[in-house]
Amino acid sequence: MTRESPADDLRLADLTKRFGVFTAVDDLSLTVPQGSFFALLGASGCGKTTTLRMIAGLEQPTGGQVLLGDRDITGLRPHKRPVNTVFQSYALFPHLDIHENVAFGLRRRGIRKVGDQVERMLALVQLQGYGRRRPAQLSGGQQQRVALARALINHPQVLLLDEPLGALDLKLRRQMQVELKRIQAEVGITFVHVTHDQEEAMTMADTVAVMNAGRIEQLGAPAEIYEYPATAFVANFLGQSNLLTAEAGGRAGDDVRVTAHGTRFSVPAGRARLVDGPALLGVRPEKLHLADGVDRVPAGHQHVGGVVTDASYVGVSTQYLVRTAWGAELSAFAANSGVAAPLAPGTAVTAHWDPRHAFLLPRAGADERTEGRLGQPPVGALP
Amino acid sequence: MTALAHLPTSTRPPAPPPVRRGRHRLLPYLLLLPGAAWLLVFFALPLLQLAAASLYDPAGSLSTGYAMTWAVGNYPDAVQAYWPQFSRSFLYAGIALVIALLMGYPLAYAIAQKAGRWKHLLLVAVVAPMFTSFLVRTLAWKTILSDSGALVGLLRDVHLLGPDGRLLATPAAVVLGLTYNFLPFLVLPLYASLERLDPRLLEAASDLYASPLRAFARVTLPLSLPGLTAGTLLFFIPATGDYINAELLGTPNEYMVGNVIDSAFLVRLDYPQGAALSFLLMAAILAIVFVYLRKAGTEEVL
Repeated sequence: MTRESPADDLRLADLTKRFGVFTAVDDLSLTVPQGSFFALLGASGCGKTTTLRMIAGLEQPTGGQVLLGDRDITGLRPHKRPVNTVFQSYALFPHLDIHENVAFGLRRRGIRKVGDQVERMLALVQLQGYGRRRPAQLSGGQQQRVALARALINHPQVLLLDEPLGALDLKLRRQMQVELKRIQAEVGITFVHVTHDQEEAMTMADTVAVMNAGRIEQLGAPAEIYEYPATAFVANFLGQSNLLTAEAGGRAGDDVRVTAHGTRFSVPAGRARLVDGPALLGVRPEKLHLADGVDRVPAGHQHVGGVVTDASYVGVSTQYLVRTAWGAELSAFAANSGVAAPLAPGTAVTAHWDPRHAFLLPRAGADERTEGRLGQPPVGALP
Repeated sequence: MTALAHLPTSTRPPAPPPVRRGRHRLLPYLLLLPGAAWLLVFFALPLLQLAAASLYDPAGSLSTGYAMTWAVGNYPDAVQAYWPQFSRSFLYAGIALVIALLMGYPLAYAIAQKAGRWKHLLLVAVVAPMFTSFLVRTLAWKTILSDSGALVGLLRDVHLLGPDGRLLATPAAVVLGLTYNFLPFLVLPLYASLERLDPRLLEAASDLYASPLRAFARVTLPLSLPGLTAGTLLFFIPATGDYINAELLGTPNEYMVGNVIDSAFLVRLDYPQGAALSFLLMAAILAIVFVYLRKAGTEEVL
């Protein structure tokens, strides 16, 4: 992350947007450092696009401020903001050719000699020679790159990307993710990228903000959020998590004691968001290992017994569902590295994990619902 | 109105006909047959007849019969006698078109982009006057503009009109009548174009530093050009040939070429002159349409 002039950070301060009684964005505050690749991640309807539109000026906030450095741009009309957007639908001008589409922003600012800049920008997005074509004559991926070139050519202080890869097929999407990252590193402009695809957010962004119901649930580097989620929502939205209903029972040295379904576990204090009270004990499926007996569990690992109910072979790994004695289903991913033999459904196994990979989250009423995300019955409801 | 059927209102290029064998190859022509036969019998043949009549000996009459003398002189004679009515036609239709554009574009834009759930009601309101006869509507204008009417009274009270000023039987009345009667022909095609305008394109334009005025000039206007072209032609062509408005709302001083043709055929029974005037009007309109379409170049839009 380059921070030559931190004064040009994008800051949102207590930003709120209400549509009638519905609050789309709820008192949002965050800082996007200049030159960083920032992703707003959330399910549809979580307010991420509304946030983006308020930064672009296409939507007026109900309250709060949008600041660029020390400059308050909240009341500025979109065409006066040093911010450009790559729209989800691309919104290319159908009556103009690619050259004129890309030159549009420059021309509106009264720049006459645009030819060289447009050529350079088309080269950057690898569309040399397409200048005289119409948008309708290009494929989706090419149109996406035109939309990007059309925004980037203006050298905005902030580039907003509203699910720009949503309309592309998987392979093209992966390709464009790498491409976008390359371009961002090349031009050094702040990118704010809105997406509902957690993999896309993690691949591309330096910083990810997970949004839910108009608020930011967690903000940080992708690895940081993935390894130690702050809430059950984040734990399940960013990848999958096995969450066991548990009770935290105070500290014991560097650990927090946890009881779940009559069994005692522990979590390092540095990975526990609470010390006492209702909690969720979480383990990522790829960190949950399966052994054929308690005696095979490595020293220091914690474990629960269960029966394999389903095995899905997905190439790089095999995904198992393990039903515990109390009826919860845990998910475990085993890498297909050719070391362990596949387990057939019905096999009795012991699921074990290193406590350093577990995490402990507070359990509120709302979190009970997110527990069902893996398709398990809510653990707390069972004996 | 037949010429209007050839307007390039469709924006899609014609698809190449698929290669078929035998009977199927004839199908498109069979489908063309009824319309083509109709046009031949009721448009092409009468047109030829009219062309022939325009070259009859002007000395003939209905009772004595006309002789075909290739009297090309009918054309310069007609122009010489009626050029004021001719130019008045284009002047009045042109002024009416400008007024209609100033009213119709914002109206079509508002209905297409801003009306929300009122859209269909407003469209009906635009079309509703057509449910009554053209003649009745123009007669109603006669009442509205009459010397003892409320409108003239109001204009006199605010001194926009002199104490004995009037609206009826003035050029203004004719132009207003033309504007009113043909406005829907302008608004409907414009509406159809503007309705397809993606508002996200305007957002993109404003995101790319275009002020609202620039966004209109660079995005909205070019994208509404097909509707604008069709609408102006649908307005201008019948307005130029109209004679009802001049007859009911004007005086002989406001007569347009349509009135002259009307009287040539029905009052003076001078068929050669009426036919020559009709052909001149048609030629003038065709020339204008040709030049206009060349400039507007609708097929390049969208």
